[in-house]
Amino acid sequence: MPLFARTARAPLEYTRTLWMRGWVGAVMLFLYLPLIVLMAFSFNDSKRNVVWRGFTTKYYAKAWENDQLWGAMVNSLTIAAFATIFSLIIGSLAAVMLWRFRFPLKGAVDGTISLPIIVPEICLGVAFLVFFSTIGWPTGLVWPFNLGAIIIAHITFCFPFVAMVVRARLATFNREQEEAAKDLGAGEWQAFRDVLIPHIKPALVSGALLAFTLSLDDFVITFFTSTPGTDTFPVLVYSLVKRGVTPDINAASTILILLTVALTAVALKLQGAKALAGTHS
Amino acid sequence: MTDHAPIIEIRNVTKRFGKVAAVDDVSLDIRRGEFFVLLGPSGCGKTTLLRMIAGFELPTSGQILIDGQDMAGIPPNKRPVNMVFQSYAVFPHMNVAENVGYGLKIAGVGRAERDERVREALSLVKLDGFAERRPDQMSGGQRQRVALARSLVMRPKVLLLDEPLSALDAKLRAQMQFELSDLQDQVGITFVTVTHDQDEALSMASRIAVISKGEVAQLASPSDLYEFPANRFVADFVGSVNIFEGKLILDEPDKAAVDCPGLGKVYLNHGVTGPHGADVWVALRPEKMYLHVPGEGKAVRAAAQDAPEGYNFARGVIKGMSYLGDITLFEIRLDSGAMIRASRPNLSRHDQEDFTWDDRVSMHWRADSPVVLLG
Repeated sequence: MPLFARTARAPLEYTRTLWMRGWVGAVMLFLYLPLIVLMAFSFNDSKRNVVWRGFTTKYYAKAWENDQLWGAMVNSLTIAAFATIFSLIIGSLAAVMLWRFRFPLKGAVDGTISLPIIVPEICLGVAFLVFFSTIGWPTGLVWPFNLGAIIIAHITFCFPFVAMVVRARLATFNREQEEAAKDLGAGEWQAFRDVLIPHIKPALVSGALLAFTLSLDDFVITFFTSTPGTDTFPVLVYSLVKRGVTPDINAASTILILLTVALTAVALKLQGAKALAGTHS
Repeated sequence: MTDHAPIIEIRNVTKRFGKVAAVDDVSLDIRRGEFFVLLGPSGCGKTTLLRMIAGFELPTSGQILIDGQDMAGIPPNKRPVNMVFQSYAVFPHMNVAENVGYGLKIAGVGRAERDERVREALSLVKLDGFAERRPDQMSGGQRQRVALARSLVMRPKVLLLDEPLSALDAKLRAQMQFELSDLQDQVGITFVTVTHDQDEALSMASRIAVISKGEVAQLASPSDLYEFPANRFVADFVGSVNIFEGKLILDEPDKAAVDCPGLGKVYLNHGVTGPHGADVWVALRPEKMYLHVPGEGKAVRAAAQDAPEGYNFARGVIKGMSYLGDITLFEIRLDSGAMIRASRPNLSRHDQEDFTWDDRVSMHWRADSPVVLLG
């Protein structure tokens, strides 16, 4: 199949030039080669991840039977789920409040709300460590209550992202729609539920996705707030890597990647269908 | 409560935003079943007045009564009025039937009755068969009909419309003007419309309140507003007009005369009850001028039919012309140096050829055409 010289290239058809295709390919390779290597080596029949010694799936079986990995994975997903739900509620309410109301010190609130995004993670981590030990946060609670400190820390750095996304969406809201709902008899809450929530739905979906993935792969802050028995997947992997990367870690990582990609795809699909119908006003 | 009582009474309503009075001590009554139009330039306070009736703004002082009931403290969702918004504000995530049925659903009307009333309302606005359509698959005109149906289905005592036709193209606008009037006849609900478009106001309204700087400049029927404007603002805002300053030199019950330095002496076949020698303004609409070829004396003779010699007559040179198809508009520099606009209907196909640039022209007008304005 001839790639070129079929029709003249239109001015904006950059993707039809060879060098542009090459460039895009190179960027993709740069971004994804490490991940591909990680996934490929999860099938490597060797204890050390250096040389390819043949195909096997035994490390998936091994990872499957590793209770430590399982525990960490369940911890990570639990923390991410709680952090997502609470960030979604707090973040969207904060966004609506800043968009909708005038109140004293609004500027200050507006400025500080996104501080957790800006402050270096290491500082937040140390701050949480000091804070929780100072107030004497109870340790040794039963699961899942022993994850409380980590969940609180995750909510702190996740909800500003939700607020940011929701606020951008609110800026495109036509206030006359809310007035129309009230004009037709809806109370404050009904108008909020029937008109405003549907409008910001795409932002809620992407905000939730953002919070979930941020929480799932956070290492620094989690490391500082974790206590024995609350290892998350990233923290566990870190401690294991100190003893050398074994293919079962590769296998578990591959599963985690596939899980998040699948989750994102589902969310985007849901959002896409809604967004198509919901963005025009 | 009798049927003769006004449906809306606005009593001394003032609305201030900071120091600016958007609406300044307005009092007016809107009658049951009429098509009432609030007309004014942008920023005159007409929309604020409408939003106060709907309950989206609260008066700083004064009182609004709807069907005899004081609206103070009653939120928008509890008022017996519904509004069609300028942006239509159709809910984009609901289909047409859900949009129209929204108010009924909130009111707790049962499914069967709701479906029936939604169907009726859609048929009223000629959207039968559109129930399942989504708003983003509809044109602006169709979305407006959805907004209309959504309000009418609630059977409000008053329907408020905020610049209902401003977003439509000229042809559709003309069609919707007729349709809105028909619709209002059909449902018998009082309509209150806000517009800045005088054509829209004149063609649809039973009565018009012209609003200027937060105050009612004049409240009258469309023809009274056009033919008997109360002041210079109304004369100038509604339609096109020539205004000349002058002195009242004669004022009797059945006749009056004004001497205008710009236009000449103007004779009227009715009194104006103004102080003698007062400074007044004469308003003369362009279509009330008759143009003649000078030198034939026709203009003088025509003017003399209902005015004394030397009155209601002027000469000038054509300085501008615009051919609009049905009429031709002339800009004429009078011998006094003042400019005047006159229009002439193109009754035959070749009428526009009678006059051209720099032609000298005479004109006269009838004694009942000029309006004397005291303010």
